[in-house]
Amino acid sequence: MIETRLGEFEEVILLLVGILGEEAYAFRIAEEFESQTKRSSSIGAVHSTLTRLEEKGFLKSEMGKATAERGGRRKRIYTITAYGRRALEDARDFRISLWSQYPAFAKKFNYSI
Amino acid sequence: MRFLRDDLAEEVLGDLEEKFYANLHKKSLRAARLNYWYQVLQYFRPFAIKKSPTINTFDMYLSYFKIGWRNLLKQKGYSAINIGGLAIGISVAILIGLWIHDELSYNKYFEHYETIGQIYRLDKVENETEASTPQVAGLGTLLKNSYNTQFKSVVMVRAMLEERVIALSEKKFTQHGYFMQPEGGDMFSLKMKHGSRDGLKDKMSILLSASVAEKLFGEADPINQIVSMDAKWDIKVAGVYEDLPRNTRFHDASFFAPLELYMDGGSLDSWDNYFLDIYVQIHENRSFEEVSSIIKNATLPHLDEEKRQSGQEVFIHPMREWHLNSEFRNGHLVTSPQQKAVWLYGVIGAFVLFLACINFMNLSTARSEKRSREVGIRKSIGSYRTQLVQQFLGESILVACIAFVLSIVIVGLALPWFNFIADKNMTIPWTNYLFWLSGIGFTIVTGLLAGSYPALYLSSFQPVKVLKGTFKPGIGSSISRRVLVVFQFTVSVSLIIGTVIVYQQIQYAKSRPAGYSPKGLLSLRAGSPEFRGKYDVLRTQLKATGAVEDIAESNYSVTSTKGWNGGFSWKGRTYDPSFNTIFVSYDYGRTVGLDFIDGRDFSREVASDTAGILINESAAKEFGIENPVGELLKWAPGGSDRGTYQILGVVKDMIKGSPYEQTRPSVIFLSRNHEQWLYVRVNPDLSLHDALPKIEAVFKALVPSAPFDFRFADDEYNAKFRAEERTGQLAGIFSLLTIFISCSGLFALSAFTAEQRKKEIGIRKAFGASLTDIWTLLSREFFLLVMISCLVAVPLSYYAMSSWLEQYQYRTTISMMVFILAAGAALGITMVTVSFQAFKTGIMKPVEALKQD
Repeated sequence: MIETRLGEFEEVILLLVGILGEEAYAFRIAEEFESQTKRSSSIGAVHSTLTRLEEKGFLKSEMGKATAERGGRRKRIYTITAYGRRALEDARDFRISLWSQYPAFAKKFNYSI
Repeated sequence: MRFLRDDLAEEVLGDLEEKFYANLHKKSLRAARLNYWYQVLQYFRPFAIKKSPTINTFDMYLSYFKIGWRNLLKQKGYSAINIGGLAIGISVAILIGLWIHDELSYNKYFEHYETIGQIYRLDKVENETEASTPQVAGLGTLLKNSYNTQFKSVVMVRAMLEERVIALSEKKFTQHGYFMQPEGGDMFSLKMKHGSRDGLKDKMSILLSASVAEKLFGEADPINQIVSMDAKWDIKVAGVYEDLPRNTRFHDASFFAPLELYMDGGSLDSWDNYFLDIYVQIHENRSFEEVSSIIKNATLPHLDEEKRQSGQEVFIHPMREWHLNSEFRNGHLVTSPQQKAVWLYGVIGAFVLFLACINFMNLSTARSEKRSREVGIRKSIGSYRTQLVQQFLGESILVACIAFVLSIVIVGLALPWFNFIADKNMTIPWTNYLFWLSGIGFTIVTGLLAGSYPALYLSSFQPVKVLKGTFKPGIGSSISRRVLVVFQFTVSVSLIIGTVIVYQQIQYAKSRPAGYSPKGLLSLRAGSPEFRGKYDVLRTQLKATGAVEDIAESNYSVTSTKGWNGGFSWKGRTYDPSFNTIFVSYDYGRTVGLDFIDGRDFSREVASDTAGILINESAAKEFGIENPVGELLKWAPGGSDRGTYQILGVVKDMIKGSPYEQTRPSVIFLSRNHEQWLYVRVNPDLSLHDALPKIEAVFKALVPSAPFDFRFADDEYNAKFRAEERTGQLAGIFSLLTIFISCSGLFALSAFTAEQRKKEIGIRKAFGASLTDIWTLLSREFFLLVMISCLVAVPLSYYAMSSWLEQYQYRTTISMMVFILAAGAALGITMVTVSFQAFKTGIMKPVEALKQD
């Protein structure tokens, strides 16, 4: 069995970091998560996951520039590492392989790789 | 956000602020704020929380615990004194707390506690206003009918506890109970086990307490069963109620019977016989003052002219005041003895606890100075100050907790015995959270206070100073320790003096001649109608057994002063005060053992003796007749002429009321009727063991329906001293405890000083100091401190005890000897305690002390 080392929530957060690019910091990610999934979350929960992903090496972060709307405080901007991208790809491939093995869905989802 | 890791603070705060303003656009300020806090709470996650600087704190705490435990074990004696002393202090405080709680919770058992009151009346008696409870039946009926809007209910209850024989075929029991109106069951919210509260509606019914019902019927259903009362009435059991707890008004009753049965056809509209208590329940939205002011003059239209002139007022005394606040003087409430006792024991309990705490702190503090090296080393290998504070506080709280657990055990063991002494029925409130909260709260506070000195003071030292040995404990701590020792011994010595004086007072009253001989005297209430007309047979048969010297009758017990009458006059001169009057049969004097100073007893041989009287010494003084024997007195109580009586004899004063009061003038009449109280003088040559069965056999044969329920007159006589004896016993126990606590403290303290001066003493001995020198050196300070305590305690206790004695008319004088003895005892105990350490240090080889460095 392939070890993806990504949970569902982790996977979504990782993807959101990729989608948001320069804007990927905890608050924005949490907002985006809520608007895309219609599920509620909290900044703390998102932040906790981001930290975990960083520890696993899927993300790296650095402090961005200060902005006035945050009372002059800086943001921590996250970016996906190559290893992180690989983990996402592996996860996707694993899912697709599973989908394709399931006869009921196998014909409808015929992604070319 | 203090909990947040420092490196996260900036970004997180930024994020949260952004979220807040974003929310502010969408929602209300309140919602935004609420959400902000929600977000903050969500940050309580392991990754975000500040880590404490040490990596593995568990081992550190384990080491603290280990060191603390070793310290306790290393000095077992010291630890035992310290923990034991505190435990005893807490136990005493808990016991007294329970006692006070019991006192304060009187009558709270009744559901309508807040709205029930008793009717009191105020009468003018010779320029004094007298408050009293017995009322006329007419007032109760009046309140019931004409003032019915003021009250929820009005209940009349026979004022005295009545003694009746309740029997179910062969089972006969003498029981005490009250006769009350049927509404009483509801008013006093009797908790019924069987039947209904209003069972007394039927004249021939009775409510039994659960314990009597069980005695009579066992497991069987008692409802509607027929029992007999005094072999006179057959009445139906209408209900069984749960026994009333000890701390309620009617706890001494084991049955309630209808007042109607007691009256047996008599009118409840009479205005001359004061024999009832009237209880009322007011409406919840009314106050007692309001209703009192409405009924204030209710009795006036019904009184006779003379009484109306002098005035009478009635008022309601609320149930919540009954137990602790029912002492009236000149019509006003004054502090009652019960209230004083609550204060006294409260103060004593607080003192004992305080002493124990002082001791605990003193010893902890004194000993912690020995641990300054440990503090030095801990600091030099990198202990933070806060860690040391934690360590010492934690340790002393732990020790205090051990003491608390121990004290719970002590209370558990001592409670039955304490209940016996205090005449109460208290239990540990295991399920009361307030009890635990205060106990644990107190323990933690004591622990904190005791630990605060080492925790805050020792931890502030520079390690190098402590380790080099130049560290000297501050002078402040030794001064405060001295003050505390003085305080402890002042309390102890005062308590010793107080105890001795209480006991002297009891002895003084006990040694007072009784005026009759209660010993070997049996009393029996001949209530059953079966006794009627059998007195002479009973007398001859009892005397025939040889076990009885004589028997006699009177209208009430020899150990009480129930009858009061005025209206005596001699040669036109009238006497104002009420005389204690008693009606007796022939042979009464011989039976109870009256002591004749002059004249003679009633005699069957002299026919005119039916119009004779005996008077006591006080009465002779009151009448002021030179040679009273043979003089004629006129008696017209309440204006109705009752004839002329010749004084036959004068007897010594008899202590029938309180033994601490002057004997009241008393007049003894010869009764022409059958009286209720039977007295039997047992033959002193026979042991009671032999005599009683013979006496009982006669009673069984002649009056089979009445139980042979006799009492010893000396038991009743001794009961007069019980309240004071209780005070004495409790005071004795408390003073023993305080002495114990103070001495154990002193013992440990002297051990500590000796330990501290070990090297000094070693050098002194090396230079040739003798054992006496060392002893003087070590004991002098403590000796002086105790001396000062004595000097403070003597005037203090003298003042307190003379004001205590003031309440007794008949009181002992405080002799100087008491103070000298108490002070001597305190100094003696101190000497023994301190000398033990002094000698131990004194005989030590100097080299032992000096070899260390």
